[in-house]
Amino acid sequence: MKSAVLVFPGINRERDMARALKLISGHEPQMVWHAETSLPEGTDLVVVPGGFSYGDYLRCGAIAARAPVMDAVRAFAADGGLVLGVCNGFQILCEAGLLPGVLMRNARLKFICHDVHLRVERSDTPFTRGYNAGQVIRVPVAHGEGNYEADEETLKQLEGEGRVLYRYCSPEGVVDEGSNINGAAHSIAGIVNARGNVLGMMPHPENHVEGIMGCTDGRGLFAGLVAHLERAA
Amino acid sequence: MKARVTVTLKSGILDPQGKAIEGALKSLGVEGVASVRQGKVFDIEIAGADKARAEATLKAAADKLLANTVIENYRVEVL
Repeated sequence: MKSAVLVFPGINRERDMARALKLISGHEPQMVWHAETSLPEGTDLVVVPGGFSYGDYLRCGAIAARAPVMDAVRAFAADGGLVLGVCNGFQILCEAGLLPGVLMRNARLKFICHDVHLRVERSDTPFTRGYNAGQVIRVPVAHGEGNYEADEETLKQLEGEGRVLYRYCSPEGVVDEGSNINGAAHSIAGIVNARGNVLGMMPHPENHVEGIMGCTDGRGLFAGLVAHLERAA
Repeated sequence: MKARVTVTLKSGILDPQGKAIEGALKSLGVEGVASVRQGKVFDIEIAGADKARAEATLKAAADKLLANTVIENYRVEVL
């Protein structure tokens, strides 16, 4: 799996992401500066990592979403290429129009930085095939604006088309008010676009991939992508 | 030319910051505040003197960057 990790000023989780990608795919990812107008030849996966691009000025991800490299990402996604956005990356993908909706300020206004449980809603997608449907995984979150909101029509569409892949839940896998850390509509932690090749999620699977991190539940996401690409090749 | 773009949240969109400010005003004893919604104001200096063109420029700026029209409305004014 050849991956490209986008780098914007203010992004700070790109090295965690690169380390996880290298660890699980065996290939060193290419770091791609935001001012580039093309992606490296043969890219299989584009990752928009977490952080605070442009200091979260204006709106989270708003300025990064208009960077030159994003036109290349749009073309790549339109061609069916796989795109993964984590945390600020999710916000950037929404602002860029690659995913519907918006990430609002957390309902209780606090920056949230701890482990959460996610229920994997289905396993038949490139982004979840490393898991079983209904499986509960534990991964960290670190965000102040992760409260996913969209209009009723969009939410209905997301649910109807099975595009919610990850949802905040209790350790037992129950989706309820108490486990919905940021007030997101329908407890949404991660969604895909209509074609299913662009995923945005607030939690950080790249931070739970090695024993030393205390948990390896995030590995499945990357391992699933590797398996998907191997099968397609 | 001086101009201003005002960006406000659409009605129905939850505004936790506005709510917090509303709560703070109440605790300060400022009476008669029914509700608060927070927005943004951009003061922009426009080159040239063509008013219609300035308005088109401001609209483009708001559509392309200043507002996220999924959740926000905007108003442009040439002052």
